[in-house]
Amino acid sequence: MSEDLEKAKKVIGKKKQFIHGDTAIAYGALLAGCRFFGGYPITPASEIAEKMAEMLPRVGGKYIQMEDELGSIASVIGSSWAGAKAMTATSGPGFSLMQENIGFAHMSETPLVLANVQRSGPSTGQPTLGAQGDIMQTRYGTHGDIAAITLSPNNIQETLDYTIRAFNLAEEYRTPVFLMICADVGHMREMVEIPDEVETFERKKPKVPPSEYVPFGEGQYGKKKVPEFGVFGEGYHTYVTGLTHDKYGFPATDDQKDHETLIMRQVEKILDDREVLTDVEKRNLDDADVAIVSYGIASRSAIGAMNKGREKGMNIGYLRMKTLWPFPIKEIEELSKKVDKIVVAEMNLGQMFHKVKEHADCEVVLASKIGGEIHSPDEILREV
Amino acid sequence: MDEKKEERNTQEMREKYLRKDMMPTIFCTGCGIGNVLNYTLRAIEKQGLDMDKTVILSGIGCSSRLPGYVDVDSLHTTHGRALAFATGVKITNPELNVIVFTGDGDCMGIGGNHFIHAARRNIDMTVIAVNNFIYGMTGGQVAPTTPEGDYATTAPFGNIEPAFDMSSMAISSGASYVARWTVTKPSQPINSIAEALENKGFSFVEMLSPCTTAYARQNKVGSLREFWNWYDKKTILTEDYEMLKKYGDPEEIEKLYENIQTGVLHKEEKECLSDRLKRLIEEVQV
Repeated sequence: MSEDLEKAKKVIGKKKQFIHGDTAIAYGALLAGCRFFGGYPITPASEIAEKMAEMLPRVGGKYIQMEDELGSIASVIGSSWAGAKAMTATSGPGFSLMQENIGFAHMSETPLVLANVQRSGPSTGQPTLGAQGDIMQTRYGTHGDIAAITLSPNNIQETLDYTIRAFNLAEEYRTPVFLMICADVGHMREMVEIPDEVETFERKKPKVPPSEYVPFGEGQYGKKKVPEFGVFGEGYHTYVTGLTHDKYGFPATDDQKDHETLIMRQVEKILDDREVLTDVEKRNLDDADVAIVSYGIASRSAIGAMNKGREKGMNIGYLRMKTLWPFPIKEIEELSKKVDKIVVAEMNLGQMFHKVKEHADCEVVLASKIGGEIHSPDEILREV
Repeated sequence: MDEKKEERNTQEMREKYLRKDMMPTIFCTGCGIGNVLNYTLRAIEKQGLDMDKTVILSGIGCSSRLPGYVDVDSLHTTHGRALAFATGVKITNPELNVIVFTGDGDCMGIGGNHFIHAARRNIDMTVIAVNNFIYGMTGGQVAPTTPEGDYATTAPFGNIEPAFDMSSMAISSGASYVARWTVTKPSQPINSIAEALENKGFSFVEMLSPCTTAYARQNKVGSLREFWNWYDKKTILTEDYEMLKKYGDPEEIEKLYENIQTGVLHKEEKECLSDRLKRLIEEVQV
């Protein structure tokens, strides 16, 4: 066990704890090796910043409260280039402000983790109440073409585990990773177990001398479409810009081909691994005529709906998307061949519903719920 | 220094600091931004900064293209946000020398909030703000620094708003070194940027620089030479300003207020953010 992990576990304390989702994110981050947090207070995500402010200096890490969310995400990108595993956390209004630099993080291929404890919107909305309204925003929120990695846990242990996974994916793919929970998971308490061992992915740095280093070209010894990362201060003299750039990092803004080459590599490095990244949980699908597809907190009502329906003799199955982007195309295609109908349960007026419909070869209906309350099982069952 | 020696020196500087692949620059004839880079690199040379341990950041605008010409780790960030990115870089690795190039629109317009907070924190970095009184790259729109009455594409009848004084803002926000110079004279800015790099805290150097395209086209500035001369006529060293204010006759004093003060405007010693963070970690670390 590394010294860093030992320190993190010492600061976290007891092995079994009754904590809420926000704390689980902070714990997961610390265990994953996160040593920088650029924060800005916002309900219902503030507890993540509070926990990090308390824990980070104790493990030699840095917490800074920035002047706004434009600044918090910017500081995280700067920190990542200076070599740290870095993150921020926010909720809808802050997430909207961050879209500008989320685009920069994609364009500059900067590893970072962004936790979004979703609340009801638009605008200030219902600050203390949960929702799932920001899912499309992780994929389509910033201008231009990107591919996102978005994770959606539905319980507190998984939230901790997925925070670690988020950091590993960010480093492996050199990309921002979105960890999406909502106020309900953020503030719900469950027992969690702090893992003894934590597998971490360490950033691949160039092994060639600076004169041979190509910062935005092909990866030399890891994934081919993920170039190695020359950390600032290690002699690689990387020029990082949000402008369209060539493989050396220099602005190349006038040529169609240059832009296409850059963006296609950035998008394909993630979409080529769609199947590898996809993670779903399935229950009772063998004999199912109808499947409830859901994610995050809504999936817990989906289980209730499934159980209630089965008690009444209905053949209902359940598929939970633990990764939302890249979208699990194959899983949905296969599911739609097995069942006659898919009910998509989500706490918005239909976001992933449209993606499911796009790829399903059967009837797809939406069980929607907004207003800061989770579905009752009956509300989902009604659509079955 | 004789001419040949100076030429050789300049050649060595080019080899040492510039990315030749990026030349020529995007700057217009008569623009002062290239001079700002020249002065900065000479200050870097003077201070003997290790370029492997130096990071240059910028936002968006003409002056923000500068990091691209320097052979160094650099972040050309989003509009107004360079100081927030720089904060993340510096806090994460305090060993790095952090320099930020910004412009008046980038720093005082869209980036105003990051500017005052970076100054308040007295975070150890050197910010070189090129003030040309206008949004140059986008074609000459009115800026928060455009003098009242001046013309801009979005102030076609003359600017009706009062202008911001960036250096005063830096001082009142908490910067520990603040200076303002014109690009028309090299030696004072070179020495001052060297001092700014030396200062352990937030150093702000405002460089008044002519925009010979977007600003000059819309305002009566005369020839390039006349425009450059205007900067010398319109500015007064802060020492002279104070002296004249005290001992000048009423006519001189009245004229005085039309001038922009240059010089080292503020200097104080106080603990920078990196040192405060270091102290905190030493106190609480397990």
